[in-house]
Order: sequence, then structure tokens, then C-alpha cells
Amino acid sequence: MKQLIVFIKKEFLQVFRDKSTLLLLFGLPIAQIVLFGFALSNEIKDSKIVVADYAKDAVTAQIINKIASSKYFDIERTLQSADQLQTAFKKGAIKLAVIFPVNFAHDLEHTNKASIQIIADASDPNTATAVTAYMTQIINDYNMQLGRGAGLPLQIVPEVQMLYNPGLQGAPNFVPGVMALVLMLVCTMMTSVAIVKEKELGTMEVLLVSPFKPLYIIIAKLTPNLIISILNLFIILILSSIFLDLQVRGSILLLTIASTIFILTSLSIGLLLSIGANTQQGAMTNSLMGMMLPTLLLTGFMFPIENMPLALQWLSNIVPSRWYFIIVKKVMLKGLGFTSVWKEVLILASMCIFLFTISLRKFKIRLQ
Amino acid sequence: MKPVITTERLTKRFGDFVAASELTFEVDQGEIFGFLGANGAGKTTAMRMLCGLLAPSSGKATIAGFDIYEQTKEIKTKIGYMSQKFSLYDDITVSENIRFYAGIYGMSTKQIKAKTHELLEELQLESEAKTLVRELPLGWKQKLAFSVSIAHGPDIVFLDEPTGGVDPVTRRQFWDLIYSAADKGVTVFVTTHYMDEAEYCNRVSIMVDGVIAALDSPNNLKQQFAATNMEDVFYELARNAKRKGD
Repeated sequence: MKQLIVFIKKEFLQVFRDKSTLLLLFGLPIAQIVLFGFALSNEIKDSKIVVADYAKDAVTAQIINKIASSKYFDIERTLQSADQLQTAFKKGAIKLAVIFPVNFAHDLEHTNKASIQIIADASDPNTATAVTAYMTQIINDYNMQLGRGAGLPLQIVPEVQMLYNPGLQGAPNFVPGVMALVLMLVCTMMTSVAIVKEKELGTMEVLLVSPFKPLYIIIAKLTPNLIISILNLFIILILSSIFLDLQVRGSILLLTIASTIFILTSLSIGLLLSIGANTQQGAMTNSLMGMMLPTLLLTGFMFPIENMPLALQWLSNIVPSRWYFIIVKKVMLKGLGFTSVWKEVLILASMCIFLFTISLRKFKIRLQ
Repeated sequence: MKPVITTERLTKRFGDFVAASELTFEVDQGEIFGFLGANGAGKTTAMRMLCGLLAPSSGKATIAGFDIYEQTKEIKTKIGYMSQKFSLYDDITVSENIRFYAGIYGMSTKQIKAKTHELLEELQLESEAKTLVRELPLGWKQKLAFSVSIAHGPDIVFLDEPTGGVDPVTRRQFWDLIYSAADKGVTVFVTTHYMDEAEYCNRVSIMVDGVIAALDSPNNLKQQFAATNMEDVFYELARNAKRKGD
């Protein structure tokens, strides 16, 4: 036991002496959250939009007025033709267009139903979701007013169309996504590099000749990474609460436990990767190429898994971050408890045990 | 003198390739035993088997009286090892390295403290105790690595080409350390390329193509091959080798 403590102490010394690693460890999550934070919070107020009013009647005038008075939108100018609209979007001059068809008021009065077309520039999906949501809100408000005044179920149906990125995802998805990505990368990379470093230095042989148990080597290597990763988790949570106003709705304890399982899974993957690599660079490349892409693509926060070809959907099931992402979304964003995430936690825990056992066995084989 | 290393027809095969074939020899306590051979001759394989890094394919061997198949745990506490590359961590300090290695061999805090002090004094490295190992000159690092490998008081120390890339003066100093360890009763098992170093050993074994081609004291070998130095002895034996170095 005392030997183990000596080893863990050495691991910490090495981590804290290496300023560039430290910067990477703690800089990565901070940079991600702050970047996403600013991308989300800026620009949504006073978004430039255009209104194309083909009806020009009393109802459209009222709605336009309501839009103009909102703090979210600045009506640039009114356009008449579809061509002008295209040009404005392509230049990036506007974020949203609202189009009232001819006979808007007429339709509303006679069929109790009228449509408004809302077109958003979804090349920046976060902004697009936000602005369309606000716009829909304004129209729904107006709907309510109408309904109350006339006592009739009058309906204005906003038809929302997302340009450039039809499968867009909501903004809060990014924080759980960043959590999955950062923890996965940091854990696998740190672990594989730490072990391969010993191989490169030749110190691994000395350790294996010594009476120090191989299992202890693994534990000593994983402990600092586990602690640093949990610290990282809290940094992300605190930052997202400050910058993104996104608090954990559910139990923080549950989130921490699930995260720890996910971290241990990632550490085991790092362990496995280190067995295949002989240089630190090799280990780094393996974890970047081997983990970054599947995590980015198959977790579900960049591209929705439901829209993928069936083969990829199947493949995504073996990506641990996919399950972790679901847990974080449920616990953090929806405030759900253990009863609604136990399946995902169980899957993650089985993956963790499976990967750890394999890497442990492989590690021992290598000693022979 | 009682033998501390005995091997009997110790063999390591990798598939069809016999890396070390039927090695039989004994090493006495306090002896400096040189293990020579060209690259690929099998000397590292032989050493790795004796250290417990490689499982032998067949044959018998005992280290410090313990069987290398059954009593690996006991053997580990009796041996020290210095690898070809380097056995120190270059991103922590000199004294942290000493404390670490003494620590994983289970020495007590008090013993570690005394040992650290003793080693630093012996190597005249007191002023460098808080220096990162990577900032030390190569020769110092190697001397430190050797001292660290015998810090826990092993019966036998295995040195795998310990003096690669060092200038002759530092090599000479390194050998002074080896002599002083042997004087204290530590058995030194050393592989090397350098024939001048072979002269420093009590006995040398020369491996060619996985077998021990000659084993005796440097003087006897020179007589036997009618050579003036070990270089000629080695050349005489190794020139017919079929394996090419890697």
C-alpha cells in the first residue's frame, strides 16, 4: 500500500511539473465552454431580419409591429421579391425572414387559418434555433390575443424552414456534448501517453523487474487522471452555469457518479490504446484519431443518430460517450432521476468493467 | 564462493527462431560477469529471462537460490536492474527519483531518507538534489541510474549495456562504481559492446548466434585464442556468425 502511495505521488509530481499538459488539461474545457458560451449568448438580441409582406393588411401590420417592438429583432427593411431575399441570406446580412402570403387577413377571417413562412439562416444552428423560437413565440402571443378577442379558434400557423442545416440541434445539447468529448479525450490521451512514456524511457522494464505489482502500476497511473477528470467535470459545470446560465436540474450526485463511470471507461480505453503504441506520439495519434472522430460523429450531439444509416446507428451503440451523452442530457437538462437513466448507467458500467478487464489482462500478457 | 546465478540448458524460442539456446553457466557471488555478443546474438534475451521479463521456453535457472519459474516474487526483491535506455524519470528531480525507486521496493521512510543522503554524497550530487534529471549530463545520469538500481540492497544487479554513448573517462568512472558495488558483495551481470569493458570483468561469456561460444576469464580467453586483446578474441568468435545484427 505504501508503495502505491509513493507511485501515485510521483505521478502527480510529473503531471504538475509539466506546464503544457496542465494547460491542455484545464485549458481545453474552459476554452470550449467559453467559446460555446459566447457563440450562444451574443448576437441573439437585435438580430437583423427582413419582413416580406405580400398581404399588407391590418393583421400583418399588427404582427410586424409586435415583431419590431421585440428586443430580439431589428427589421432591416422590407423586401418584395424572393431574389432579394436569397441575396440577403447569402451575404449573411440577415438571420431570418418572415413572409406573409397574399390574402393573409382574408384567409384568417374566412378559414380561421393562415400561414406565415419563417426562413432562418441555419448555417449557425444555435442562433437559428434561438431566433426562430423567439419568432414563433411572438406569433403565438399574437394568436392568443386574437383568440381571446374574437372568441373564435383563429389560427396562424408559423411554418418554420431551416436553411442550410435542416437537421439542426438545440443549443443546450452542446454542454453535455462538450462534457463527453472533453472527458473522453483527456482521459484516453492522458492515460495512454502516461504509460507509453514509461515504455519509451525504459522505466517500465525497471518497474516490471521490481516487486511492484502490475495492477498497482495501472492503479497508480489511473488515480491522478481520475481526480483531474472529476475536477474538470466540475469546472465545466461551474462555467456552464456562469456563462451559459445552464444549471444542473437533476441530482449532482447522480451526475457525478455517472461521470465517474464514464471517466473510468475512458481511462480503460486509454490503457488499451497504450498497449498498442510504442511512442508517445503514437499514443497521442491513436487516441486522437481513434477516439475523437467516433466521439464527435457517433455521440449524437453534432449529428442526430436517428438520421444516420442503420449501420452507423448500430455502431454508435458501442461508443461509450453516446450513452453518457444521454445520461447527462436527462439528468442535467431535464432533471430526471436514476429511474429514468438506470439503463444507460448499466450499459456504461458494463462497458467499463469489460474494457478494464481486457486492458488488465492485455497489460499482464505484455509482461511475459 | 557459492553461485548466485545458475542456469541449465536455458532456452528461449520465438516461434521457429531460437533466440537463446541451451545456456548453461554459473555466476558466483560478488563476481563481475560480462555478457558479450554482437547485436542479435541473444544476450538481451538471456538477461531478460534471468530478470523475469521473459518466460524461458525450456531449461532451468535459479537466481539467489530461487527458481525462476516458481519463485519470481522472491527473486524480484533480490535483484536490481538498469535498462539499456534509461531507468530514471527525467521530469522529476534527482532526489525524487531516488525516493521513488527506494519507495517502490518497500523501504521505510527513514531508510529512504538515509539512503538518499548516502547516495547523493557518494556521487557528489548534493548540490544537484533538486535538479531535474533531464538537466544532468549523460554520464551523471548513468551513474545515478546505477546507484539507484542497487539502492535497495540487491544480491545481484543486471546491467543492460549501461555505458552506451558515454565517453571513455565517464565509462571508467562508471566502472569504479561497479567495482565498489562488487566489493560489497553485489554480483554484477553486465552486457556490453565495448571490448575494453570486457577486460574489466572477472569472467566473460561471449554469445554467438544464440549459444555461448566461450566462457572464461579475459586472460584465459586471450591465451586460448592467442590474442593480445579481447577485441581479437571477440572477432575470432563472431566473424563466423550467421545472424546479422538488427
